[in-house]
Amino acid sequence: MNIIVCIKQVPETTEVKINPETNTLIREGVKSIVNPFDAYAIEEGVRLKEKFGGKATVITMGPPQAEAVLREAISVGIDEGILLSDRAFAGSDTWATSYALSAAIKKIGAFDLIVCGKQASDGDTAQVGPGISAHLDVPQVTYVKKIEEVNPALSTMESGNTERKGGVKDKFMRVERMTEEGYEIIEVSLPALITVVKEINTPRLPSLKGMMRAKQAKIIHWKASDIEAESNCVGLTGSPTQVVRIFTPPPRVGGRIFKGETQEIVEKLAEVLRKGVL
Amino acid sequence: MPIQIIIEKCTGCSLCVKACPFDAIRIMDKKAVIDLNKCNLCGACLPSCKFKAILLEKPEVVTGAKPDLKAHKGVWVFAEQKKGKVQPVVYELLGKARELAASLRAEVAAVLLGEHLEEEIQELIWRGADKVYVVEKRELANFQDEPYTNILVELIKKYKPEIVLCGATSIGRSLISRVAVKLRVGLTADCTGLDIDPQRKILLQTRPAFGGNIMATIISPNYRPQMATVRHKVFPETVSDIKRRGKIIRENFDGPFLVSRSKLLDIIEEIESTVNLAEADIIVSGGRGMNGPENFKILEGLAKVLGAAVGASRAAVDSGWIPYSHQVGQTGRTVSPKIYIACGISGQIQHLVGMQSSKIIVAINKDPDAPIFKVATYGIVADLFQIIPALTKKFKESLKK
Repeated sequence: MNIIVCIKQVPETTEVKINPETNTLIREGVKSIVNPFDAYAIEEGVRLKEKFGGKATVITMGPPQAEAVLREAISVGIDEGILLSDRAFAGSDTWATSYALSAAIKKIGAFDLIVCGKQASDGDTAQVGPGISAHLDVPQVTYVKKIEEVNPALSTMESGNTERKGGVKDKFMRVERMTEEGYEIIEVSLPALITVVKEINTPRLPSLKGMMRAKQAKIIHWKASDIEAESNCVGLTGSPTQVVRIFTPPPRVGGRIFKGETQEIVEKLAEVLRKGVL
Repeated sequence: MPIQIIIEKCTGCSLCVKACPFDAIRIMDKKAVIDLNKCNLCGACLPSCKFKAILLEKPEVVTGAKPDLKAHKGVWVFAEQKKGKVQPVVYELLGKARELAASLRAEVAAVLLGEHLEEEIQELIWRGADKVYVVEKRELANFQDEPYTNILVELIKKYKPEIVLCGATSIGRSLISRVAVKLRVGLTADCTGLDIDPQRKILLQTRPAFGGNIMATIISPNYRPQMATVRHKVFPETVSDIKRRGKIIRENFDGPFLVSRSKLLDIIEEIESTVNLAEADIIVSGGRGMNGPENFKILEGLAKVLGAAVGASRAAVDSGWIPYSHQVGQTGRTVSPKIYIACGISGQIQHLVGMQSSKIIVAINKDPDAPIFKVATYGIVADLFQIIPALTKKFKESLKK
């Protein structure tokens, strides 16, 4: 089973502080980490590879220093890391980012499954995963919280039109997709793309051996020309959306504090809440 | 070079350094230097420079697919339905769509896919749609990524709306991202503000990023339709007006449009006793201070009286006290109810980013220094095991009246 995991390097939110004078983000000295949701994507990729064999590749798009997150993925069992880095990619929105990642995946070749985190903690869009599957024209299941069953046995060629009773094609996986009310059980034919939520697994810590391997691993660097990306589809030029203004919302300030006897507090609180909305 | 400093004009005043949300500018030898590996070309530095020393080349006319912008008219709302019921977020969007359409002198249309939708079509008109595009098919009864994408893409190509809005729900975010890529148009996720630029007549889409620590306004001037997903509870629902009239346009799709490589086998509803977090007006949430799973019963009691949903912090979920589907915060759900009652939650930044856009935040915590009090509208420094039961009793009495 060939698995591709797409990840993103993001600033660690615990470190995000606001400069009270200028009301802007203080980014200085902020650590970069693997996007929290992507840690679950990496773990799931490694688990599937361990169970079914094959190869797990991790890919990210970002500045040269994003190599660090690829090495982190390798340290927990991913086989190979690919970094898409080029000035031509700068300013890419979700359309252009998913285009570039899908072009890179085409270059990697045949795959059974692409795993992405549900969304990134800096942009919070949740658009790149479905975007990649649309560019590659593969089916998708978002917000996956559990993989119930995988049948990767047959190759795409062999699976042909053999319809299984009540399900999709022979080469498939059955997953649980989280919704607002609970979850859905969905069967999807492979190759496919899934985005995963936290509930799917508990990411492992790297072993000493893994860390050594990650340190020595050779990261593959690809530029826009390497993935045959159309110049009008990447970077600012290729992005349909433009940011016109960035501002810091007035920070929330603490309000009234109630102290004293329980009954007194409850009376006061009930009163303000009733006035408010209830 | 898309962005550069005009060295002769730069005085090294460092105003741009402070304005940069990406920490990409440094002062070296009394001149600003942009680190192109960090720069996102967002342009936040431009207005900060009093000397016009920063030059940013933004492509005005984007090469590639550039549709005839003028041919696109009307504001569309994707009418998400589950089990044949249109979701409340749709009525929130219809209200906003009417506002936008008024400034554009255009019509509002809803797009509804599913089966047995007669009553819902009528309701959409009463709630503000001038037109309802309807596709009724057994295969469309439940949401499925591929058929829904195929049909929505086709309808948009045929009728050319100027704007398409969709709820930022688990269905909406999956569907519309795919649609936007297929149409080669811009999409802005999770907007909390939508306006029409009075001069250029384009959609200004404002959304939080970095968990609400910064806000960004985004446009897509050269592509149509302009598409956005919108969070629950940001805009008020429109009221039903049975005097409203509208046009119903039925479309039929067959064959390749309905093909799906995934199949929905079952729908399991988990959150029985409480309403769902995204749609809830009130959320009662518990954290580490709940001390154990059995104590969530106390919160459920209060939630029941208030008609609220029960949420939890990561600490409570990771301790196994309550399922993950209740988790609010960075690795859980983002919510913005009218009232958020945080019980025994200290208020780590990862939790705050998931709930700080709530209208009223009530925090109950024993520790007066807990960071949650910094964002709380009303803070209660007390033992939650005394406050919650008393509060439940109080509301039970007063709501009975």
